[in-house]
Formats: sequence, structure tokens, C-alpha cells
Amino acid sequence: MLRYTLTRLLSLAISLAVASVVIFLAIEILPGDPAAFMLGVNAQEDTLAALRDQLGLNGTLWERYVSWVGGMLTGDFGTSYTYRTPVAGMIADRLWISLPLAIYALLLSTLIAFPAGIWAASRRGSAADVGVMGTTQLGVAIPNFWFAMLLVVVFAINLQWFSAGGFPGWDEGFWLSIKSLTLPAIALALPQASILARVMRSALLDTLSEDFVRTARAKGLSRRQALWRHALRNALIPVLTIIGLQFSFLLAGGIIIENVFYLPGLGRLIFQAISARDMIVVESVVMLLVFAVILVNFLVEIAYALVDPRLRHRA
Amino acid sequence: MSLLSIEGLSLEIGRHTILRDVSLSVDPGQIVGVIGESGSGKSMTAFSVMQLLPDGARAHGSVMLSGHDMLALPEAQLCRLRGNEVGMVFQEPMTALNPIRTIGDQVAETILIHERASKSEAMMRAREALNRVELPEDRFPLTRYPHELSGGQRQRVVIAMAIALRPSLLIADEPTTALDVTTQAQILDLLKRLVREDGMGMLMISHDLAVVADMADEIVIMRHGEVVERGTCPAIFGQLRHPYSISLLEASTHAPDRQAHTEEAPLLRVRDVVRTYTLPRNTLFGAPGRVEAVRGVSFDLKRGESLGLVGESGCGKSTLTRAILGLEEVQDGEILLDGEPVFTGHAPNRAVRRRMQVVFQDPYGSFNPRHRVDRLICEPFHLLDAPPRGEARDAAIAEALTSVGLAASDRYKFIHEFSGGQRQRIAIARALIIKPELILLDEAVSALDVQVRAQILDLLADLGRRFGLSYLFISHDLSVVRVITDRCLVMKAGEIVEQGPTERVFSDPQHPYTRQLIAAAPDLPEIA
Repeated sequence: MLRYTLTRLLSLAISLAVASVVIFLAIEILPGDPAAFMLGVNAQEDTLAALRDQLGLNGTLWERYVSWVGGMLTGDFGTSYTYRTPVAGMIADRLWISLPLAIYALLLSTLIAFPAGIWAASRRGSAADVGVMGTTQLGVAIPNFWFAMLLVVVFAINLQWFSAGGFPGWDEGFWLSIKSLTLPAIALALPQASILARVMRSALLDTLSEDFVRTARAKGLSRRQALWRHALRNALIPVLTIIGLQFSFLLAGGIIIENVFYLPGLGRLIFQAISARDMIVVESVVMLLVFAVILVNFLVEIAYALVDPRLRHRA
Repeated sequence: MSLLSIEGLSLEIGRHTILRDVSLSVDPGQIVGVIGESGSGKSMTAFSVMQLLPDGARAHGSVMLSGHDMLALPEAQLCRLRGNEVGMVFQEPMTALNPIRTIGDQVAETILIHERASKSEAMMRAREALNRVELPEDRFPLTRYPHELSGGQRQRVVIAMAIALRPSLLIADEPTTALDVTTQAQILDLLKRLVREDGMGMLMISHDLAVVADMADEIVIMRHGEVVERGTCPAIFGQLRHPYSISLLEASTHAPDRQAHTEEAPLLRVRDVVRTYTLPRNTLFGAPGRVEAVRGVSFDLKRGESLGLVGESGCGKSTLTRAILGLEEVQDGEILLDGEPVFTGHAPNRAVRRRMQVVFQDPYGSFNPRHRVDRLICEPFHLLDAPPRGEARDAAIAEALTSVGLAASDRYKFIHEFSGGQRQRIAIARALIIKPELILLDEAVSALDVQVRAQILDLLADLGRRFGLSYLFISHDLSVVRVITDRCLVMKAGEIVEQGPTERVFSDPQHPYTRQLIAAAPDLPEIA
């Protein structure tokens, strides 16, 4: 298990290094001079040169790459071209909304999907199964921004249980913040839960038809016992894969939902940064998201090995 | 009173009748063998006793187990009987255990479900059960996982689970079909010992007459969901009356009519072939481990000869087959077909490849289900530089299909429309279509029922005569190799340990391993 973890860590480090090079080069070849953009069309040539120097745009490719990576490793992400504030601080502010929102949505999605998927699989072909399959079909099909607006109309405008948008900040109290993230989390979780429930159901149906479940039944386990004790853990591998993918998506892909609820999250930050050609912000946010995706993959792989002893011995 | 008594059992699944009026009984300490081909209903009879039938199955009649009416009991009470009063062992040991739980855990579960035992007490008794099935503690601690065990060892774990509570009836559904002969002999001995020690009754289900004949007190022969004949063993073999039973017995020992037309010149020449595989590294920078799958194998196959290659799983016979077919490059040695190497440079030699074909074991898995038969059997044409088109192609398809006993019009069908035996005929047609000189038969009849197997063996003998084919017949089944080959090779751990004329190898084996194999193979009793 230790060797497995170490090899996974090594592959995590390599992936990060490769990703940093790719992101850096991709941003480099994009047209547009940030200095010219910041100073406008009437800028003097010498002011432009001074600004380029100040922004560190004049070194060789290699020097700029090393200073960018070195900065990130020490927590210095550089200074935003448009806002003239440290990027690290900007990202940290946004991350404190996007990360809790992603975790919240993932928790909701899992809490809905597991029982629904297990329920449907254990009663295959019954009304419960048909109901779960129909509902999840709908959940996948409904666009989440539309569902988000529906939530606002019902729970914020009519019932007035939640505010229609905005984020008070964690300083204003934990529960208040959670409350303001609830509608967005539900809107994000619905399609994810639908997909996850379907994956859970089909994975469980596959394992329920395995020989070892029949063996368990021959030992005297009831259907329910065989499902909980033998089938469920075996069905988790595909489910964990989907959960990993969903988390990465939730962290970065909430941009539409963030807009519907006026949440200053990472998605909106990157959107604004791209519009303003604030490349240093784009670079840093993308790198952060890549890091998050790779880290989640690493955690999912560790979870695989915890579930399945056969993987622990494979490096 | 009988331990198990089945009277007039009928079973329907959906609109299909699976069992019709099946009656049989098992007494304590008695072994009753149920024999039949696939689809004869023998496994469903077993599942009716366990009441583990598929959804939508309806059983009528009576199944009494130690005084319990199994068809009438509610599910909760059935759960109490399963594993406690009746244990069951299945065909596929590789998949019968939960891959993510330890063997100790899984054996102890039988005890924990039925008795108020503490976890440690259950583990202790699981240890005893594993000892009884000859998995000693030093090599098989309770913390082992199934993937760390071989097929035979896993089957022992399944048996330990089934007998942990000393049930009065043990049902074994093809318990050794997936195992090698020597492992099969060990498992059968184990089952016999357990039956004797515990005075259990045993219902032993098999398609193999010889396996059952060796151990059963009574034999029941089933066909199409009905019992066609039953009687005490071995007396029953002398007095079979039902035509089906008689033909089944004949098919089990069927020897196709064939004479050798062997020429002296070798067609296939294998010299000092070595094939090693690199294992994944165990440490980050250490040298990777190696497995020598084939270690310096040499033999000749003469033109027109039928040569057998016998060995247990893992002995390297499949690796050797792939090397001969040019599917894998060997590290050392040479393989020549009629003097031409099968591998030139680092690519298979097409000129040689088109002169040999292969038929694999699995008639279900070796075809693309979305292609029609004509497209399937024309696949070897890609080896030709100018494959036939239009009428020539149609004629080739018709000839290949008719020569294996199918109709030319079958070319428009899909593979799911055929039975296992017919599929194997199609596989042979696919091999024949480019008129090869050598056909490799890799366990080609192992998955077939005995009667179908006899027909395919006849077909192979006939085709060999008509087209002057040479065969390399790879199998773990000694009885088949004995009747279809002129000469045979015995392979063990990557080496050929014995070779000679088939009859000589079987009647007077020289190498201890050959003797062990032949002794382990179950025999039908001699019939006057």
C-alpha cells in the first residue's frame, strides 16, 4: 500500500510539472501584449517598456517559466495586470467560496445518489426503480441554470426562505454563509446526483449478478445482506471514478450557477480575467484547477486501493 | 427416510419449461451423480433445492430436505437452511469468492450468519474448516485474499464455506469442470473424504460421465429437463436402456475413424524456442522479474500428422501456440513452417501465416456478434495478397460452410442463431477458407458437450483426410488427445517432458509427470 501511494504521488508530481509547462506555453503563444492592454492605445513606447520590465515580461522564456513556477511554490502568484493586486489574494478569496460550494454540492449529490441508486438496484424493475430512473433522466436533461432560476423563484421570491443571491462572507457567520450557498449547491448537485445515481444503480446491478453474490446467497445471506455485505463495496470503483470527475467539474464548472446567484467564485474570476486579458490570473487559476483535478484523481486512486485489495499490490 | 427427496418437480421460467416431472432422492452418506448436457436442467434442479431460482421461475411438485418442504417455506426460513442444512459448491472457483474480502472473513460469515458466535470464535472455526479442506495455516492464513490463491485453492475455500457448519447435504455443481486434471482429482478426493467423515449426502452435478462414475453411488441421467435413466453405479453402465444414455456413453468414449497419412518430411519445425515475459518491477529501481513461459522447446510436426500437446494451465502451451502462429515474437530459437520462418525481422511472415489457421476454445466469445457469418469466415482472406471477390468469394464461402456440414445459405445468419457446436463448425470453416496446411486447435472441443464433441472430432478426422491437413491439437483433456492424435507431447513448466506415439505415451508413460496426469484423469468403468 505504501509503494502504491508513493508511485501515485510520483505520477502526481510528474503530471503537475507537465501541466505547468503546457499551460505556460499556451498562454505565451496567445496574442496580445498585457502591457499594451493595460496602458491603452495611446501609451508611449518607453512607458510600455518600463511596464513590461516591471511585470517581468522581458526575460527569456525559460527565466519567466522558472520565476512563475518558483513564485507559485512560494505562494507568490504575481500581480494582476488589471487590478494591480496580488493574484494569490484574489484566488484565495474566490476559492473560499468555490471550494465549499463544490464540497457542499458533492455531498448533496452523494447523499441523494447513493440511496436512490441502491434502492433502484435492489428493486430492479419495480415501481421504485422506474421512478428513480425516470427522475434521474429528468435531472440529467434539465439545464442547471434553468433549475437554479426555478429555485430562486420558489424558495427566494415566493417562500423567502433563502436570499436570491450574493454571499455575505464567512466573517458574517458560518450558518449564514452555508445558507446562502444552499440554493446554488442544490442547483449544481441535481444533474450530478442524477448521473451518479444511475452509475450506482448499474454498477450495483452488475455486481449483484456476479458469482460471488450467488455464493453468498448459498451461505444463507438474504438478498439484502448479500447486497450490503458483498455487492456494494465491489460496485464502488466506477462510482468513485465518477465522483472524482464530478468534483473537478464542480470546482471549475460552476460559472453559470455563480452568475445566476451573484457569487464571486473562481468561475467568474477566470471569466473576467480572460475578458480583460489578465493572463497572469488566467495562468494561475488554470494551474490551480489542474492541481485540484490531479489531487482529486490521486485521492480517488488511493480510495480504489482501499476498496480493492488487488490494487494495493500493484505499483 | 431420505435426506433429500424430489418428487415430480417441474419448473417454468417465463414461458419456457425447464424441468418436467423430475424425481430423485439422496440418502445420508450417499453420493448421487446427476449427468446431462448443457441445458438438460441439471443445475436448475440443484437451484430448486436451494430455492435460488432466477426471478420469474415457478416450481411445482415437492422438494423435501430433512423434512422441510423447500417449495413452501418462506424466504426467511430458507435463508436459515441455506449454508446450514445444505451447502453448495459452484463451477467457477475464480469468480465464486468476493475479491475484496479475506478468505477467513468469508468462511467465518457462514458461521456468523447462522449461529450466535463471537467474531473470534467464528474465525477460529473458519480456521478449522480451512484445515479440513487442506489449506494449512502456515501457507493459507485467514488474511489471504482470493486473488492470491489458485483455482483449485479457491475451490477449496468455497468448499470450506459450504461445509463449515457440517450441513447434511452438499450440492456440488460441476465443481471440477474449470480445473486441471490433477487438481480435479484432488478436489474429488477431498469431497469424497468429507462426505465419508461427516456422513453427508451429496448431489454431484456434472456433464462428465467419468468424473461421476468414479465416485457416485447412484447416477441420474437428465435430458431436456427430464430424468431419462437412473440406477446404481457402476452397475448402471452395463444395463443402460434409454437410447439417449447409450449414445451419451458412446460419445464419451468416441474415437473417430482415422488413419495416419503421415509423410516423413516435417511441416512445422520448432527448435529451442524460448519465450520469457517481463514482470512488473517490484521496487522502483530494481531489475524486473522474469517468467520463462517456454523454455527451450523443440519438436517436429510431420505433414499429415495429428500431433497432441498436453499440459495443465500455466504450462506454457498457449504461449507456444501464439508463438507458432506468429502472434508473438520469441526471444530465442526458431519456428519454421515448411522451412520458412513464421517471424521475419520483427513482423509475422504473411506468406507463412496464410498457410496455418487456428480454432479457439470459446465458441461464444470468438466471433464478433454484429457480423454475418460470411464476413466472419472470410476474415483470413486479409492474409492473401489478392483475396477472391465476387463469385469466387461466394464459392469459397459455400465450400467452407458445406465442408463443415452447414448449409451455404447459413452465410446470411448472425452468430447468435447457432448452437455451441455449430459455432465451432463455423470457426473451423473460417480456418479452412484459405486452404491452410496446418490447423492449430487450442482446446477447440473443451467447451462442448460430449455428443457435440464426438461430432466435431469426426468432422476434424474427415477434413484431415479430405484436405490433407495437419493438426496441432492443444488440450488439457487427455481422453480427447488420445483418440484424435498420432503422436503427443507432454508439457510441464515450459518444457516438453515426454513425447512419442500417442498410444505408447498413454499405455506406457515414461516420465513421472505423464504418469501422474494419466492417473489423475477419471476413467469410465470397463463395460463387458
